[in-house]
Amino acid sequence: MKKAIANKEIDVNEEGYLLDFSQWNKEVGESLAEENGISMTDKHWEVIAYLQEKHHKEEALSIRGIKKSGVINIKEFYALFPGGPLKKSTLIAGIPKPKSCI
Amino acid sequence: MKNLLILGAGTAGTMMANHLVSKLPKSEWQITIVDQHKTHYYQPGFLFLPFDIYTEDQVKKDGKKYIPKGVNYIQQGIELIRPENNAVDLANGEELQYDILIIATGSNIAPEEVEGMNGPKWQENIFDFYTYDGAVALRNKLREWEGGRLVVHVTEMPIKCPVAPLEFAFLADTYFKKKGMRDKVDITYVTPLGGAFTTPRASKAFDHLLEEKNIKEVTDFNIERVDYENNKIIDYAEVEVPYDLLVTVPTNMGNAVIERSGMGDDLNFVPTHKATLQSKEHENIFAIGDATNVPTSKAGSVAHFEAEILTDNIVRYVKGEALKEEFDGHANCFVETGNGKALLIDFNYEHQPVEGTFPLPGIGPMKLLRESRANHWGKMAFKWVYWNMLLKAVPIPFVSATMNEKGKKLEEVS
Repeated sequence: MKKAIANKEIDVNEEGYLLDFSQWNKEVGESLAEENGISMTDKHWEVIAYLQEKHHKEEALSIRGIKKSGVINIKEFYALFPGGPLKKSTLIAGIPKPKSCI
Repeated sequence: MKNLLILGAGTAGTMMANHLVSKLPKSEWQITIVDQHKTHYYQPGFLFLPFDIYTEDQVKKDGKKYIPKGVNYIQQGIELIRPENNAVDLANGEELQYDILIIATGSNIAPEEVEGMNGPKWQENIFDFYTYDGAVALRNKLREWEGGRLVVHVTEMPIKCPVAPLEFAFLADTYFKKKGMRDKVDITYVTPLGGAFTTPRASKAFDHLLEEKNIKEVTDFNIERVDYENNKIIDYAEVEVPYDLLVTVPTNMGNAVIERSGMGDDLNFVPTHKATLQSKEHENIFAIGDATNVPTSKAGSVAHFEAEILTDNIVRYVKGEALKEEFDGHANCFVETGNGKALLIDFNYEHQPVEGTFPLPGIGPMKLLRESRANHWGKMAFKWVYWNMLLKAVPIPFVSATMNEKGKKLEEVS
């Protein structure tokens, strides 16, 4: 489905996750963050960049991975993206929701 | 003489020995299988031990009985894999050389990964049922337990048999009802996932069943520690769930030998090509079953489907032919839902569990994603199938290695 985000037509799935990362930019991320009640800081963007990099390397994202990221610890991660940090941060980052395997 | 070495004589390793013994010419290939344990456990039976549905004897047999003639069986620990030398060191100092290596070392629980889990209350009021010892200890506890708050908890994904903790919760409901004490037991299911299961369709079916059985659900719970002094589990968002009896599925990790050999990912699972089952690092190493990092369930059914495809690929590899990229992540799991019923799920990398019939499209007799007694009897019959057909690599009629898309209402994994 289509959704207007930051004055752009963006393809998203039913949960609001971007289907095409090439449609993502910082404004889109900013706008998605706002919808989720998060105002972005430098630390937020640092985490987003880390998640995007992991995703592009096809490495699975997990809470355990965050622990070893060197970017942020889990407590801080929860503080930055309250209520489901991995789900919210990946949404803002424009990458798929982690499947946490099957 | 060339050597094919299999590490691990669990479900996957034993099946591979049975498949390959008739496929590789005996004049050219010696097959060896190594495992530290004498006993082969029927792991799906661990779910039934705590509820006195199975006895100890029903879930364990002498492993050697299932290794075919013509295969060299070594009961010994594995110290190190040295891929650069095509060699494996055993715990007794012996060195084994290989031309082809199959890693089937499985996964184990690692309760030490969570603070306070494996502490003084382990097997007092904190239990697992993923090990034989744990399941027996829990059975003894349940026999005398007088009720209170039972928390069934999953630490983190991936875990072996991701439906098992749900089944545990369902069976607990039936167990306490039969004992006439369901009103004294408060059951809560706590999971790091957003719902009862990993895929939305099945999740919906399970959420409904939990509600029907009056089992509370706490989702998105990423445990930080167990406060064993005050009997509660606490997550990173400071959410607390109190318990009187905690039944947890600890972090699952690949065997320590994988870590020692520097061959695993964060959780000691072997990076493996998901369609061919060849190791990503070494072309003469293959991995199967719970030991791999392929993105499907860690389950006996998966190992069974993988074994058929891996056997073909080993034969191709020996002949110098290209490997077939055929494994589709196919998993097929019976899910006990209590009261003598079960449901059945069938899925792969591409398709999430769907409704339909199994194994015959349009006929069944078993129904997918719907509770029925036939499914329950399927699950119970499976113990016989496991010991008599599955381990021995006898083909199971109508059940193919890749998922059959006929007779199913398919839906893609999003």
